Amino acid sequence: MTNHSIRRPGRPYTGAGLLGAVGRARHLGLVLALALLALVGLVTVPETFATTSNVVTVLALAATIGVITVGMTFVIIGGGIDLSVGAVMALASVWATTLATQSYGPMVMVICAVLVGTGAGLLSGFLISYGRMVPFIATLAMLVAARGLAERMSDRRTQLVQPGNSALVDLSSGRVLGLPPIVFVFAAVVVAGWVVLNRTTFGRRTYAVGGNPEAAKLAGIDVRRHTMLLYGLSGLCCGIAAVIIMARTTTGSSTHGDLYELDAIAAVIIGGTLLTGGRGTIGGSILGLLIFTLITNLFILNGLNTSDQLIAKGLIIVIAVLLQRRSLRSRT
Amino acid sequence: MSELLVMKGIVKGFPGVRALSGVDFSLRAGEVHCLLGQNGAGKSTLIKILAGAHRPDEGTITLGGEQVRMTGPTDAIRLGIATIYQELDLVDGLSVAENVFLGHEHATFGFARRRAANRATAALLARLGHPEIPPAIEVGRLAPAGKQVVSMARALSHDARVIVMDEPSAALAHDEVQGLFRVIRELTAQGVAVVYISHRLEEIREIGDRVTVLKDGRTAAAGLPARDTPTGRIVSLMTGRDVEYVFPPRREAAFGAEVLRVEDLSVPGVFSGVSFSVRAGEIVGLAGLVGSGRTEIAEAVYGARGAGGRVFVDGRPVGRGGVTRAVRLGMGLAPEERKAQALLLEESLARNITLGSLPRYSRLGWLDRRRERADAAAQINAVDIRPPDPDRPVKTLSGGNQQKAVLARWLINGRRLLLLDEPTRGVDVGARAELYAVIRGLTDAGIGVLLISSEVPEVLGLADRVLVIREGAVVHEADARDLDEHRVLDLVMAAQDSTPHKEEPGD
Repeated sequence: MTNHSIRRPGRPYTGAGLLGAVGRARHLGLVLALALLALVGLVTVPETFATTSNVVTVLALAATIGVITVGMTFVIIGGGIDLSVGAVMALASVWATTLATQSYGPMVMVICAVLVGTGAGLLSGFLISYGRMVPFIATLAMLVAARGLAERMSDRRTQLVQPGNSALVDLSSGRVLGLPPIVFVFAAVVVAGWVVLNRTTFGRRTYAVGGNPEAAKLAGIDVRRHTMLLYGLSGLCCGIAAVIIMARTTTGSSTHGDLYELDAIAAVIIGGTLLTGGRGTIGGSILGLLIFTLITNLFILNGLNTSDQLIAKGLIIVIAVLLQRRSLRSRT
Repeated sequence: MSELLVMKGIVKGFPGVRALSGVDFSLRAGEVHCLLGQNGAGKSTLIKILAGAHRPDEGTITLGGEQVRMTGPTDAIRLGIATIYQELDLVDGLSVAENVFLGHEHATFGFARRRAANRATAALLARLGHPEIPPAIEVGRLAPAGKQVVSMARALSHDARVIVMDEPSAALAHDEVQGLFRVIRELTAQGVAVVYISHRLEEIREIGDRVTVLKDGRTAAAGLPARDTPTGRIVSLMTGRDVEYVFPPRREAAFGAEVLRVEDLSVPGVFSGVSFSVRAGEIVGLAGLVGSGRTEIAEAVYGARGAGGRVFVDGRPVGRGGVTRAVRLGMGLAPEERKAQALLLEESLARNITLGSLPRYSRLGWLDRRRERADAAAQINAVDIRPPDPDRPVKTLSGGNQQKAVLARWLINGRRLLLLDEPTRGVDVGARAELYAVIRGLTDAGIGVLLISSEVPEVLGLADRVLVIREGAVVHEADARDLDEHRVLDLVMAAQDSTPHKEEPGD
């Protein structure tokens, strides 16, 4: 048999090497954007931008949403969306800082936050996969309900981390190798996320479930169970993010994480993950997030209007998606 | 009577396939002209050309004495050619009138003039003999027969002179078909010409005036009288083919133990009381028309569709575990829609092949990527996928090689039974022989195969045993060597009221 239909004239197939290169080039674009922003910082606010304390600020700022972004990347590659992340993180922070939980010490607070986050995620996932609800609706319901529950548990008051549990706060105020431990937590989550996505069957299935759920199902993958686990994973990340925000703010509050879902989704999209599922990378999402965080940082350092900052972020999302669509079209 | 529409020497090729190689077709005002031909004969390509959806590579189309050139579906509509596809293209959430005038609404400055549209729709429905359908009702609430009438009203609203109907009776019950025929007679009495496509000879005899038979992209016979042409002549025009398929020789060795047993499988409204078995090394073919229930039977066996009855693999019940359980017991499916249901088009060939056997390469969830790749490469060689590059995105492969990738997915982890639904769809003739050899090779390894195909020669040439399915029931079972194409076509196309399965008890 001939393979004449495979090779199109003028557009020779150049192998996976090129595809890989295009993928790297896409990341290269993000890295360049990041470098450009850093350059802007060095030029406009040279005395404050390149200081250790500012780098620490940026990384600590990125850590909270960064951890959430890792979970969001999984959910979106798997063909879903999770709008509840900010609210679930707030609920986990409130639950972990109730006086009852705090009486057991910092370890139990961490475990509590992680369990609450994972449980909320699994519940959303259950509604989506076994209850056949649309992810948008199910996680929207979780967003509203989790905020409400957090308000009820805390009586809308900000709950302080008790002095006896200051070990938790040390995660943010302490220094290991010159950096606060939460930055290492963030890094560990990113590395773990990358490994799971690229080196395990779970990751492979995530791409399959998002890319072609019907094919995944007919190949014997339990698509519903996998979908539920994806939201559980996102919830787990929210729980970890709750620990980070408790350390940074020394509080648990029902107002934590407002609109975090939008920043996390935007970071994932800027990072080149398809909103329709099946394709994407952790690295891209993290670069997207760092770009966002750096913009915030530059606006603050330059004393600019925060409204303009939102406009700039909006523009970046549009540009990123337009570029993404172009690179897609040139490949098909 | 003069010819209203004449198509002459129509040639149409797609990459790798020549769908039409010289078709002549002519249509008179006021007649019902039936188009007959087996799957792949070129019927759908021809009507898509008529609908303006495809442009012919060669040939001319003359309408009312003038040569026309259509560049899109809107041109066809403007010329008065309306096509009613099998899957009706109606919007369920809109009213009957809104559907009829979709795209050419009665409106003043963008405001819909609903009353005018409703009145015009009522007139059209009355003209079709169905004044009882209210123009304001949502289309989604109508039965299939009602939707068909709405589609025809839409065709009339464009002042169609030619209406093409692609298997209009497929979704209708017997008395609804009679209603459809009444509407068609109304139309032809008003001078509209109808192109009618159906597999059911009885219907063609009843409603048709003339018959044109297509075979392998050519006109085998044009303008035969629909009522008097003997069935034998029509069937032999459809079957006598230019292309001879090459099938591998059948296995001489005896079959092994029973791999699959299906007992009294049924899905209400689709099929019922289906029982059969497949032995190790045996290929069992399901022959039947599109819509006869054959695909649904395979899906139910595979656990992808809830069904009554029982399915056993090697004596173990599949039960309620669904696809996951079926795969664990050793089943594999190569689905009908390869791209939509089987492949991750963007992913590499290797990843597509190992998709069904990831647990084999996982230790505590960790992927052993080197073993995964080695196994994929071995399978690529075993079924001879070309080019043998595991990293190539699967969407760049030809249809035949994509199908081999799906087969390789299941070969990699020792299947007991494979369900192959239309394995050669979209595969060109040269590659088919290879695919047949691969399928036959499966049985040498002791795998049982359930083969579904709407191409009768394929079922007869490849299968050891054949079950003929008609309207959701097994109507005949025989050794493939004791059947011929004529006999099978007779069985699958027999008049629908001769089947006694409708009054079956149970649920």
